[in-house]
Amino acid sequence: MSKMLQLPLRSRQQWASIALQAALVVVIGGLAYGAFINAADNLAKAHIASGFRFWDNTAGFDISQTLIGYSPSTSTFGRAFWVGLLNTLLVASLGIVLATALGFTIGIARLSRNWLVARLAGGYVELIRNVPLLLQILFWYNAVLKSLPDLHSSISISGGAFLNNRGLFLPRPEFADKFDYVAAALVFGIVATLAVRIWARRRQERTGQPPRTLSFAFGLIVVLPLLVFFAAGAPLSFSFPEVGRFNIRGGTEILPEFAALLVALTIYTAAFIAEVVRAGILAVSQGQTEAAQALGLRSGSTLRLVVVPQAMRVIVPPLTSQYLNLIKNSSLAVAIGYPDLVQVFAGSVLNITGQAVEVIAITMAVYLFLSLVTSLLMNLYGRTVGIVER
Amino acid sequence: MTNPSSGTDGEKTGWAVEISALNKWYGDFHVLRDINLTVARGERIVICGPSGGGKSTMLRCINRLEDWQRGRVVVDGKDLTDDPKQILAVRRDVGMVFQQFNLFPHLTVLENCTLAPIWVRHMPKKDAEELAMRFLRRVRIPEQAQKYPVRLSGGQQQRVAIARALCMSPNIMLFDEPTSALDPEMVKEVLDTMVELAGDGITMLVVTHEMGFARQVADRIIFMAEGQIVEINEPKAFFEHPQHERTRLFLQQILH
Amino acid sequence: MVAADRIYLREAPAKLLPAPVASTGVVGWVRANLFSSPGNIALTIICAALIVWIVPPLLRFFFFDAVWSGADREACLPSAQNPEPGACWAFIRAWSSYFTYGFYPLGERWRVDLFFFLLAFGIAWLAWLGAPRRDIGAIYFFIVLPILSYVLLSGVPIIGLPDVPTSLWGGILVTIVVATVGIVASLPLGILLALGRRSEMPAVRLFSVTFIEFVRGVPLITVLFMASVMLPLFVPDRLAPDKLVRALIGVALFASAYMAEVVRGGLLSIPRGQYEAAQALALPYWRMMALVILPQALRVTLPNIVNTFIGLFKDTTLVFIVGIFDFLRTIEAARGDPHWATPITSVTGYAFAAVFYFVCCYGMSRYSRNVEARLARAHRR
Ligand SMILES: Nc1ncnc2c1ncn2[C@@H]1O[C@H](COP(=O)(O)OP(=O)(O)OP(=O)(O)O)[C@@H](O)[C@H]1O
Ligand SMILES: [Mg+2]
Repeated sequence: MSKMLQLPLRSRQQWASIALQAALVVVIGGLAYGAFINAADNLAKAHIASGFRFWDNTAGFDISQTLIGYSPSTSTFGRAFWVGLLNTLLVASLGIVLATALGFTIGIARLSRNWLVARLAGGYVELIRNVPLLLQILFWYNAVLKSLPDLHSSISISGGAFLNNRGLFLPRPEFADKFDYVAAALVFGIVATLAVRIWARRRQERTGQPPRTLSFAFGLIVVLPLLVFFAAGAPLSFSFPEVGRFNIRGGTEILPEFAALLVALTIYTAAFIAEVVRAGILAVSQGQTEAAQALGLRSGSTLRLVVVPQAMRVIVPPLTSQYLNLIKNSSLAVAIGYPDLVQVFAGSVLNITGQAVEVIAITMAVYLFLSLVTSLLMNLYGRTVGIVER
Repeated sequence: MTNPSSGTDGEKTGWAVEISALNKWYGDFHVLRDINLTVARGERIVICGPSGGGKSTMLRCINRLEDWQRGRVVVDGKDLTDDPKQILAVRRDVGMVFQQFNLFPHLTVLENCTLAPIWVRHMPKKDAEELAMRFLRRVRIPEQAQKYPVRLSGGQQQRVAIARALCMSPNIMLFDEPTSALDPEMVKEVLDTMVELAGDGITMLVVTHEMGFARQVADRIIFMAEGQIVEINEPKAFFEHPQHERTRLFLQQILH
Repeated sequence: MVAADRIYLREAPAKLLPAPVASTGVVGWVRANLFSSPGNIALTIICAALIVWIVPPLLRFFFFDAVWSGADREACLPSAQNPEPGACWAFIRAWSSYFTYGFYPLGERWRVDLFFFLLAFGIAWLAWLGAPRRDIGAIYFFIVLPILSYVLLSGVPIIGLPDVPTSLWGGILVTIVVATVGIVASLPLGILLALGRRSEMPAVRLFSVTFIEFVRGVPLITVLFMASVMLPLFVPDRLAPDKLVRALIGVALFASAYMAEVVRGGLLSIPRGQYEAAQALALPYWRMMALVILPQALRVTLPNIVNTFIGLFKDTTLVFIVGIFDFLRTIEAARGDPHWATPITSVTGYAFAAVFYFVCCYGMSRYSRNVEARLARAHRR
């Protein structure tokens, strides 16, 4: 903002500027008015309703993946909207987590002193970044997952899972009542670990003892819940999928559409995140590492205390835009029929109701809202990693 | 973990720094050629010479920021090998001040100074802060403690860098052209700080072209060119009767 | 304690020695870059295993076991000589003219070829930074070429070029048309929007900011839906543009919002002094922009502009979803051809498409990196 240019204005220029702005307003207003008139006209001719009354009408079409209750015969278009939105959120949030993990790994690998590692990571980034995402999604879906064997020759994976061209079928965990104790122990473990960390930090400030809480964390978060689990008599069973004549019963199903989209989004976005991470680390000058080493810091501490905090300041803003891209790119689901917001709402609902204006406006508003929320969250996070240039 | 310097280091006998038959190559380029040097405890050495002569490289070998192919470097009785423990032990007791300051921009001045005492010496935070304030007072900028480095002038930043190194109570201090990145009017404040430090009896190796400082403080002056030590002498003799042709030429250039 | 060599004078210069073998040459390089520590050795072994695991099968698939010629699917099915056939290039060859021209009439395809040539000429003129009269090149690329291409591809019966409706266009032709229109339209629009965003006129600024942020906040696919479904509603029937044109409008608007941000970045990097100097010379606003600011800003940000083009080029695949036969869509259509249905047809089709997009995008990114390096060098001077 501070770089906004202040041009001196003279009165003739002022008039010119007012005229130009007025013209802009008139043109845009005129276009909008014309569009409105035409749209009303065209819609009337095609006998298409307007307004949002369709929201409560019965949808009447099926959706292949529903996270909340949905039935084609009774649920409304509104319900279908929420189902689609939740599917979008599911694939986007999982994608963000996985792409971040993979992207950071590859970004760091690109800077490895091992030539082969750096080259492999570089090859990955170049290959993935330069091939369109849609092509990658189609590849994973049609060439990989859809060409798996069919139902009757399903690949069975040890542990009671099946893989075929209809998806991945996993055992579904079924929790007995006593499992609550295990959950409670896990929650307790997490809280206690946080408490131990805070305590260790305080102790470090007091006595200088460095905080070493990893084994505590392991004990509290892994060992303790496991002990409780067995003490409670292993209150967990699985419903195993069984291959029937026409379908698979029991278990949980992971749709090939979902898997293909998630894999493609993760692999694609990770390549971009890797570049962001690499640039962020490179932005921290060699001198910073040397100064830390000259003070006797170990390489782990140098990374944690000096390099990463500075790199994060550079990384967070472009990382945010990669997350936004991933969310927006998840709409490519429509190409393979994963029932995300665009496929369900801007696809099926639009086709049935014909109310293009309302449906597309709502869809766009949702993405704008998601973008806004993500930016906000990342800004907050950015604040905690100290985007300060004081 | 070793505890805060047990206090016996200072009384250990032997040399502060012993470099013997050190040879280093960057690729095929022979950057350090047969370097032999012993520095006694408490000695103040000034190193000068033409640009690209290998001064920085030699200095950085002393705390193993650079490694080398042949030769041996012993610091404070500790042989610098590939052993990371040994390297860390040496770095704990050797302070370094860089030409470009290299302060950590994401930490305040105080945090810059307490970082290593807390994470390397395992000091309680309060003690570390007291220590840091003591040294910040010594370099005369205690009032800047809560600021971030970018807010400070170059001279102030370099004095913080000196305080930061001193907070580790080093036995040896390495300075690599500490004043060359400074505006002329700031050079003096940094040199004054260094002169004071020299009075404390800490071992100092200083790469600099400030010949006034060299005359005033140095016990010996080393002249390096083309990767070799060409001449070592006491300041008076060095300036008045340079022995080597190369030294004479260099002195002519920078003194006139 | 006093050192024996407290005072020292070098008599003879130290010998210049060759570096020890262990630190130079192939051996030194391998040691430093692959085997410098146990962890490093482990990594090297894992990576080598990975390469051995991936590369030979890929080579076998793409080259050694690939089927290069044949009349139909029989050629690409497992046989006695080739029990595990690799890529079915015969399929690509059989369909290659469809991939290039779609259903563009056979007798008129020279027009497409000519278009490709004119386009390549324009790109070369602009991309070669040392080319003569690049200003004329710009006029050619942004004004002459679009008109010429329209005449050529779409046809003007009066001058003997029969009409070819866009529904017959397809394949690489459509991909290139969409990308080119996106590029040709987005740069000027993006510049206008970027200037608008920095304008002092509130209405102009508000419009620019709203447009840019709105478009950047939604997925391209919704913009394309909007263009293809809503646009026909907004105009009277007789004006309704055809399907391809609607998609082109969507792509152009989408790309210009991104281009605007790139141009704005370039404008921000121009120091204030440049504006002040131009104003001190009494240059009016548009002159100042056209003669002083924009030439510098666009030059600085050229790598980013090219990167935006790369994104745009990849994004052209999305027109597929609104039913336009771009290159990817022709691949999709062809791989369903029962004449060629084999287990490897799809993979082959996608591999071919991937190679095409990769070559184009990687070429552009190499170019952008070259420019960047050159700019960095110019900066240091
Ligand atoms: N990382 C490196 N790789 C290759 N060559 C290097 C590297 N670092 C330094 N050199 C070369 O080694 C030689 C000695 O460098 P050094 O920095 O030690 O010189 P210096 O005496 O400190 O010079 P100055 O006064 O300019 O700081 C120079 O020729 C330099 O170009
Ligand atoms: Mg130097």
